[in-house]
Amino acid sequence: MLDYRFLPHTEKEVNEMLQKIGVEKINDLYADVPQIFEGELNIPETESEMDLRRDLYELSETNKNICDNGIFRGAGIYQHYIPSAVYQIASKRGFLTAYTPYQAEVSQGTLQMMFEFQTMICEITGMEVANSSMYDGATATAEAALMAARVTKKDKTIIAESVHPEYIETTKTYLEPQNLTLQTTEIDKVTGRINLESLKEKIDENTNSVIVGYPNFFGIIEDLKSIREIISEKIMLIVVVNPIALGLLEAPGNLGADIVVGEGQPLGSYPSLGGPGFGLFASKKKYIRNMPGRIIGETVDEEGKRAFAMVLQTREQHIRRGKATSNICSNQAFNALLATIHTSLLGKRGFKQVALQNYHKAHYLADKLMKTEKFEPVFEGPFFNEFVLKSKISIDEINKKLLEEKYFGPLNLKRFFKEMDNHALFCATELNRKEDIDFLVSFLEALI
Amino acid sequence: MKLIFEKSVPGRIGFRLPTMEVEKIEYDFEDHLLRKEDAKLPEVHELEVVRHFDALERKNHSVDKGFYPLGSCTMKYNPMVNEEIAGFDGFKFLHPYQEEYTIQGALELMYNLQNYLADVTGMDAVSLQPAAGAHGEFAGMLVIKKYLEANGFKNKTKVIVPDSAHGTNPASAVMAGFEIVEIKSNKTGRVDMEEYKKAMTEDVAAIMLTNPNTLGLFEEDIKEIAAIAHANNALLYYDGANLNAIMGKVRPGDNGFDVVHLNLHKTFSTPHGMGGPGSGPIGVKERLKDFLPKPVVNKNDEGFYFDYDVKNSIGRTRSFYGNFAVLVKTYAYILTMGKDGLKKASELAVLNANYLRANLKDFMTIAYPEICKHEFVVDGSFLKEYGIKTLDFAKRMLDYGIHPSTVYFPLIVKEAMMIEPTETESKEVLDEVIEIFKKIIEEAKENPDTLKNAPYTTPIRRLDDLKANKDLKVKYDV
Repeated sequence: MLDYRFLPHTEKEVNEMLQKIGVEKINDLYADVPQIFEGELNIPETESEMDLRRDLYELSETNKNICDNGIFRGAGIYQHYIPSAVYQIASKRGFLTAYTPYQAEVSQGTLQMMFEFQTMICEITGMEVANSSMYDGATATAEAALMAARVTKKDKTIIAESVHPEYIETTKTYLEPQNLTLQTTEIDKVTGRINLESLKEKIDENTNSVIVGYPNFFGIIEDLKSIREIISEKIMLIVVVNPIALGLLEAPGNLGADIVVGEGQPLGSYPSLGGPGFGLFASKKKYIRNMPGRIIGETVDEEGKRAFAMVLQTREQHIRRGKATSNICSNQAFNALLATIHTSLLGKRGFKQVALQNYHKAHYLADKLMKTEKFEPVFEGPFFNEFVLKSKISIDEINKKLLEEKYFGPLNLKRFFKEMDNHALFCATELNRKEDIDFLVSFLEALI
Repeated sequence: MKLIFEKSVPGRIGFRLPTMEVEKIEYDFEDHLLRKEDAKLPEVHELEVVRHFDALERKNHSVDKGFYPLGSCTMKYNPMVNEEIAGFDGFKFLHPYQEEYTIQGALELMYNLQNYLADVTGMDAVSLQPAAGAHGEFAGMLVIKKYLEANGFKNKTKVIVPDSAHGTNPASAVMAGFEIVEIKSNKTGRVDMEEYKKAMTEDVAAIMLTNPNTLGLFEEDIKEIAAIAHANNALLYYDGANLNAIMGKVRPGDNGFDVVHLNLHKTFSTPHGMGGPGSGPIGVKERLKDFLPKPVVNKNDEGFYFDYDVKNSIGRTRSFYGNFAVLVKTYAYILTMGKDGLKKASELAVLNANYLRANLKDFMTIAYPEICKHEFVVDGSFLKEYGIKTLDFAKRMLDYGIHPSTVYFPLIVKEAMMIEPTETESKEVLDEVIEIFKKIIEEAKENPDTLKNAPYTTPIRRLDDLKANKDLKVKYDV
């Protein structure tokens, strides 16, 4: 037994324990099992920590990472600077190795953090209430659509085709089994914004909500105000945000949003091949009883001392079972902690500065690329930190060459839209230095 | 304690960006889209942030601080080195849309992990996409739904769930579009075969089972349960919450299960992180393979790749590929334990649970007093004669530095305390816990108020839950 450093039992102890239980051998504890597995698992032999660390380090180094290489690609996951303090604080084991805060007396650290997190999400989005996280931006979007159907009791959701394609697919997966309809609505090919005329035509008496990106998947800033103006009060406006953009853009809560969702990864989580980040989820207070997920509230203990607790648990599966607002149990609490620390450090000023740098750097990049005359503009609408250009030569070829220079280039939109071959979705964040941008531009100018 | 917002002092900063080297340009969007008022985020310096969260962290109980016997949650030790490995630049700094030839190491890890998990569960194919157990249940139930529809069974609308099941089971099945038929457990705490046969009508699509179940008891009739379901063209769903009892000992696939989900944050030692991120891969038998969420990781002559060509896929259940960082930690755990170690872990988890049960039975009521698997349930109603509830007992445990067991679940045991010690606890810890339990019961006899007013030593006393829900305050008014 002592070959395993996580298993403390000596043979002597095992025997003592078996004796107390009143059986002879371990397998007697499995006497009620109809068929014990006698084979061998097809898994390697146990490995020492030394070998494990070395082997997995070598495996990790076979990947090309976006720290050693610069990156001009976003599309839902973004490389931002994460202050050193974020992970060093968050990795404290009282956070990492704690369970869901079911026992409030010994979970006040978790509960207060989540209350602060909810407050931050509300401040950033301009909404009245937020939950303590969903799995990711895609499932948060899907759950928002389900929530709109519950609130309005209507069965059609309209989603802009410019919402992240994987969010649309996920939402479809969630709505279908409930016999709810998901209808996509086109963008204006000139601006890249939602086509208001065709949206108007699609809205009918069965419509429960309209889902738009802010900015959308192509980086374009939707005009939420004019969208809100053409949809009636009874239809819910669901806005999928990049939280970083909200340092610059008006909060959706001030532009008529009913529910705001989004991917929280840009707030302190590493890209990690797309997960874990977290889904942010906020809404107007009047809908709170229809919200999915864990919500934390402030109260007092029996001595009147400030305390925090899980509230409205009757919405949740552990109480309501089949009638819960959602099946979600585990969420992404640790990533919510990362966001809370990250946002605390950025603070009021830093949060805005990051947004501004993203905006201006992306525009500097776009402007310089256009001046090379090797790219064609695709959309005229305003953008935040991502934009689409059409290339005269293959994006895949460009990216291959760029990687030799230690840069990941733009995303080829062909991946999601057949008709958009060689349409490149570029991204710049505060991490892309001017010299990197200048290099990228001159390299592409020479290449094309 | 003050909120971080209440520590804010205008003008302070905790982070500064380098000066921007590019010129500012004029905004080209409508003025009403420009933020008028900055988000009222805290203005605090770095040390304030460090101390604030340090103080919060110290208010939590955690596996590292002490015994954490939450039933069905498998609070085993979370190896330190796994955190370091998941933090390697070559794992954490990967963008999901990198070219596949630049992430061969990550894909190899996922490919191998799919195979290892398939092997542990006796399944033929695995998807690593679901983000948590309940998410896996939802995906798994959708696989069942699509499979049945594709095979011409359009009228199978019901799912059987025992009354001892986790709340997520019925919630997930409903989200997948099924109606729930709940069946009562029999006197031995297992599926009542007569009830089950009655419930197994033609319109039943599946039965969801946790095995061992939430009482820690193995469903001895599992083969017959499976045969009855399959004869009725219904499928068997395995809730992997309790897999920690049977790794390398029993493979759900060999017992007739068609679909399983695993909780990597339970059985495979990845930390719970206060409630997540978890990871809930699903495994299926060959005939259900084409229905898995896409993409899955595959291999050809050129190397590893994301395979989107899953013929009848239920589609996507989330963005990207899963909680990759959690998968890395799982992989590290499996390699550390190895094929025999996983088996030993399960054996010792069961040994620890039975040792605790065998000791506690002398002075507490065990709901189903027989050999259990990795957990067991105490019926706390024996405390009634002292005017004590399970809740009081649980709260008193806090004063002794140990976390209460899961309480009031499963629902079929009155005043339930569901205890799961896990294999990483030593005999000394268990012996100590037994003494603490004895002491608390002595206290209950001598002075029940000691329990009723507990806890005393925690950062706060018992909460006013009524107020929390009545005067709903879910954010600070900044």
